[in-house]
Amino acid sequence: MIPPLIKVKGLKVHFPIVSGIMRRVVGSIKALDGIDLELNKKEVLGIVGETGCGKSTLGRAILRLVEPTEGSIEFSGRDILSQSKEELQQFRKSAQIIFQNPFASLNPRKTILESIGESLLYHHIVDTPEEQKERVAEVLSLVGLPASAMERHPHEFSGGQQQRICIGRAIALNPLFIVCDEAASALDVSVQAQILNLLQELKEKLSLSYLFISHDLSLIRYLSDRVIVLYLGKVMETGSVQAIFENPQHPYTKALLSAIPKNHPRETRQRVVLHGEIPSARNPPSGCPFRTRCPYAQPICAELPPKKVIIDVATGLPTHEYNCIL
Amino acid sequence: MPNKPILTVRNLTTRLQIGNQPVAVVDDLSFDLFPGKTLALVGESGCGKSLTALSLLRLLPTPPALPSTGEVIYNEINLLSLTEKEMRRIRGKKISMIFQDPSSALNPVYTIGSQLMEIVGLHLNLYGEEAFARTIELLTEVGIPSPKERFLDYPHQLSGGMRQRVMIAMALISEPDILIADEPTTALDVTIQGQILTLIRSIQQKRGMAVLLITHDMGIVSEIADDVIVMYAAQAVESADVITLFDQMSHPYTQGLFASSPSRHKSKEHLYSIKGTVPPPSLFPSGCHFHPRCPYAMERCKQVSPPEFKIGTNQQHYAKCWLYDGSEESSEKLRKGAL
Repeated sequence: MIPPLIKVKGLKVHFPIVSGIMRRVVGSIKALDGIDLELNKKEVLGIVGETGCGKSTLGRAILRLVEPTEGSIEFSGRDILSQSKEELQQFRKSAQIIFQNPFASLNPRKTILESIGESLLYHHIVDTPEEQKERVAEVLSLVGLPASAMERHPHEFSGGQQQRICIGRAIALNPLFIVCDEAASALDVSVQAQILNLLQELKEKLSLSYLFISHDLSLIRYLSDRVIVLYLGKVMETGSVQAIFENPQHPYTKALLSAIPKNHPRETRQRVVLHGEIPSARNPPSGCPFRTRCPYAQPICAELPPKKVIIDVATGLPTHEYNCIL
Repeated sequence: MPNKPILTVRNLTTRLQIGNQPVAVVDDLSFDLFPGKTLALVGESGCGKSLTALSLLRLLPTPPALPSTGEVIYNEINLLSLTEKEMRRIRGKKISMIFQDPSSALNPVYTIGSQLMEIVGLHLNLYGEEAFARTIELLTEVGIPSPKERFLDYPHQLSGGMRQRVMIAMALISEPDILIADEPTTALDVTIQGQILTLIRSIQQKRGMAVLLITHDMGIVSEIADDVIVMYAAQAVESADVITLFDQMSHPYTQGLFASSPSRHKSKEHLYSIKGTVPPPSLFPSGCHFHPRCPYAMERCKQVSPPEFKIGTNQQHYAKCWLYDGSEESSEKLRKGAL
């Protein structure tokens, strides 16, 4: 057994709510409440859920961009939460992030050479400006842009090209792992297809692992190997992409899947209509957080739901897990 | 067609003054809206969907926009020839609009109740108690729980889905004949998107409104539209009823849009993608606007803009593409296929 690249156990991120002139802590937003996950090498783990379920916080916490309240995160067997600044620098090199809005994540005053090349110098991957230029040109060709792009500024590029530059910046340091936080969500369909192809291609070429965060189920289905369905900071269901999409067990997953628009107007689909909206993370429902909207909710749901494992009949291996009384 | 169209648009053209050159951002668009039916305008960003809606309502600032040409006939009146004062009696009252981002369309410093009451006063001439009752009635109709308490809320106190419901309530106040919905669910989660689409459809059925839906999402089109116009670079490239379009997409751009959607592919299969990006209006190419990105492009496409050709036996299916002119070269291309 190869050990997983990333192993997260009992991860909690609570943001304090402060009030008054003394900045007293009066409560907390439970953005993530006990997440366990594993990500293997060359695997794509899809994180899906509605707004406010903690998807982005999870991506940031794994990179230690927000400090977790509790839990452990191991990267290649080393606990990154206890690492010193110097040790973290090594980790930062091998873990990168791509954001949703490429224009907002590129400095408008810096040329592409400066944006991509800065980290190369900082991490001593290159030491001279000539080497830097050479490496940036190499990165640009990997993401499908001409080397002449490095002299230009972000506003001279279209949205899709800007996202290519952001992807280039992420792969420049030869990382093992990239968090894609809604990386293809803000793009038009035809450009989105180009970016998805690029992500897929780079993953094969550079042996990358992705944590692919998206609210768009069709993107998750397309790119992921395994999927985690989040709701109010808790894992509802997790398993292989086939298991989740073909045999969903948790009522929330079923509702989410049934809300995907049809592929053809003639298609008919049994729709699970969810009433109401996601409750506030400040005061989440006890037990199963989904029980306030769940069509099958019973009094017992106020207690912690049991974890259930589905075993594939053919192979005898577990295909997925979910937390529900049903 | 069984009933008469409520809005007839013929050869609508809107130009923007960019630099010295006026550039057409809505180019020769014609369509009809029927009561109780939904027409979807589909396309990527920058293809002129929203500008079409704004031109219908004459909401584009002039300059940079030049007055639209063509005809927009509503109740036998050409809206483009009305004075601004006359137009104000139609805009928002007979034709209303909801926008993509409800948080920027609502005023943050007034409660939603007072914003709704203002419009009730303006369009229905109701004030005080009567206006309040009418507002509560509307909030109930769009499915807002405990409307009397929500009446006193400011926009930031509501969630995105609730704000969009308030926007819809606002658009419905004057019982319009036509509702223009510009990407009404793009900013919302899938489960909320489902709720809002269901709401729009049920209100439409109840009141027999015509809906002009602007979207980039083919999934939403298949859910709610009756007829579809696919737009690319300011022009309508294909139009048909929704079933025909999904069964028999004809224009290479429409085919490309469908082929590049990840939900139509197996996991990790290489996605088809249309090469390049939508050009900005000042750089629209000559001939067919799509030819630099088109896998079928012929010599003719680069020079002459194609007329609309009728496709198949269906009466209302048109594609603006030289492939369907019936000549030998194009039939050959079609047979081989390039996708």
